[in-house]
Amino acid sequence: MPPIPASITAYTLTSALGAGCAATLDALCGEGPGLRRCTLPGLDLDTWVGQVEGLETAPLTGALADFDCRNHRLAALALGQDGFRERVAEAVRRHGAGRVGVFLGTSTAGLNHTEQCYRRYFEQGRDTLGADLRYAHTHTNFALAACCRRLLGLAGPALVISTACSSGAKAIAAGDRYLRAGLCDAAVVGGVDTLCATTLHGFQSLELLSPRPASPWGLGRTGISIGEGAGFLLLERVPSAPGQPVLLGTGESSDAHHISSPHPDGDGAVLAMTAALARAGLAPAAIDYVNLHGTGTPVNDRAEDRAMARVFGPGVAAGSTKGATGHTLGAAGAVEAALCLVCMAGGLLPGTQGTKLQDPDLALRVLEHPRPGAPRRVMSNSFGFGGSNCCLILGRP
Amino acid sequence: MTPLHLIGVGLVAPGLPDWESAAAVLTGRRPYAAAPIPPLAPAALPPNERRRATLGTRLALAAAEQASAGLALDPRNLSSVFTASESDLGIIDRLCTDIFGRHIPVSPTVFHNSVHNAVAGYWSIAHGCRQASTSLSAWDGSLAAGLLECAAQLADTERPVLLVAYDLPGPALLDSHRHLEGPFACALMLSAAARGAAQSLATLALDLVSAGEPDRLPPGLDPALEVLRTGNAAARVLPLLCRIAAGGGGTVRLPYLEDLDLLVRVG
Repeated sequence: MPPIPASITAYTLTSALGAGCAATLDALCGEGPGLRRCTLPGLDLDTWVGQVEGLETAPLTGALADFDCRNHRLAALALGQDGFRERVAEAVRRHGAGRVGVFLGTSTAGLNHTEQCYRRYFEQGRDTLGADLRYAHTHTNFALAACCRRLLGLAGPALVISTACSSGAKAIAAGDRYLRAGLCDAAVVGGVDTLCATTLHGFQSLELLSPRPASPWGLGRTGISIGEGAGFLLLERVPSAPGQPVLLGTGESSDAHHISSPHPDGDGAVLAMTAALARAGLAPAAIDYVNLHGTGTPVNDRAEDRAMARVFGPGVAAGSTKGATGHTLGAAGAVEAALCLVCMAGGLLPGTQGTKLQDPDLALRVLEHPRPGAPRRVMSNSFGFGGSNCCLILGRP
Repeated sequence: MTPLHLIGVGLVAPGLPDWESAAAVLTGRRPYAAAPIPPLAPAALPPNERRRATLGTRLALAAAEQASAGLALDPRNLSSVFTASESDLGIIDRLCTDIFGRHIPVSPTVFHNSVHNAVAGYWSIAHGCRQASTSLSAWDGSLAAGLLECAAQLADTERPVLLVAYDLPGPALLDSHRHLEGPFACALMLSAAARGAAQSLATLALDLVSAGEPDRLPPGLDPALEVLRTGNAAARVLPLLCRIAAGGGGTVRLPYLEDLDLLVRVG
């Protein structure tokens, strides 16, 4: 018997597609432009990005002023959508602040703020990075959880997971684990990552950054487009209300192959997917839609394609939304989990934006355009550097 | 929560090259003498990865190898939890200097080593381990957060979990913003049940309590060890290791979050 799954009593996301669930659903239905040419100051890279509007002019103030940086502005913006903060406040009233935990993923935390201090240091020939580098509140990984804990008035367990592009998904799995172990009664889980020079230059150095909008599963695909985003779920140990989604299963694995390339046959990905299915007590045929990791690099998509064939055979509805949002790195697992919940509630199977001609060498045919559907159970894949894999299954109980 | 069984310990820090010598120092049987970390060559890594492994990786792997040495455990079956307050600050400095100071392309190897879970990746490659592994951070409570994560995992699985806590000093520019003593790495092999032939060194029962005054090291020990403890998130483990080395029971209060401590009842 699989354990009773955690109820998802609230969720929200903010990405290049917009702030909140409704804007996301509209953008997915309309296939509106998510990616744009990178015009970030000081970043003369020929690439496309999924940028969130308005962060430059929305500083955190008051009790959160020390936390002010692009990553935490995005976290605050996202938490303000869809009544998420109010739902967390209700959970605090139900369980007590000390019984509500925070489990978040990020790959670069507030590194963007540190980068600005380095740029100033070199451009102005300074002696130090400056007293305004509020390291403990911005740079360190845990700052994200500390900021959200303060913003939401929580006093339960907290951690930040940073496992590259699987961080957000693994934070959801960790929150679920803490609930099962009885370490808390509710868990704010998710991920937040923002655009910064280090990741853009880093992926460029690995020749993984696409000069064109990303084209996951596409013929002649040329790599990733980086995005920024935030996704949050509220998990609770309460019976799910009618129509309310639950976290059916999570599966985690390691590739044990290479730090920055996936196992060519997707061995680790297969382990993560089969572990999630086993925990959910489901056969592959019970999955109605798979949100692929689908980054759009030649090697990643090929490895995931092989893994998908091994788990699902040829026939499952699947696609990647990274051509719409960009690859939101440490937030991707959380952004895409929330996006899947949006699609389930909205009766939509999203397309694979940016992909017009599919790579004939890949076995899986992805959904190119959005179509109406009624997915009951969806799987979301996240695979990261270091060979860190995580698979989530969400849906109706 | 069910107590965890501690079945192996590893430690690498200045003047404390392994658990055996650390236990002698922490029980007052041998004086502490700070000394540089010996060169660490992670023998289990293939040559390419060995060449690319950073000091943080070599340190964490050395502690992990000690904790698993002599145990009848196949490392391929281990889940793992890596906890560190900071990702490698030397790498952050190098990337930012290359981008903003030298205006040159960043090194692909430096970039791939920059992910917080690079250490976990190297460990999984070294042992061909495809089990779940997580890499987390909780500022000065990173060690406590790692113990809690292990407890949550062990509530779920029969498989032993390897906990590795490590942190190392960064370059001067960043050190004034986040000072770290060390380097320091500690590994604890934890299991849900006492495992057959494997000797349980101690049981650890965890409880969350309101923040108070976390335990310091006993006043009889060299003050340099207390400097190490307060100056490195991973070295917050030292009072717990003192208790384990002494062999008796007792309770240790570890710092966790600004409003929570972790009480560890050692049995």
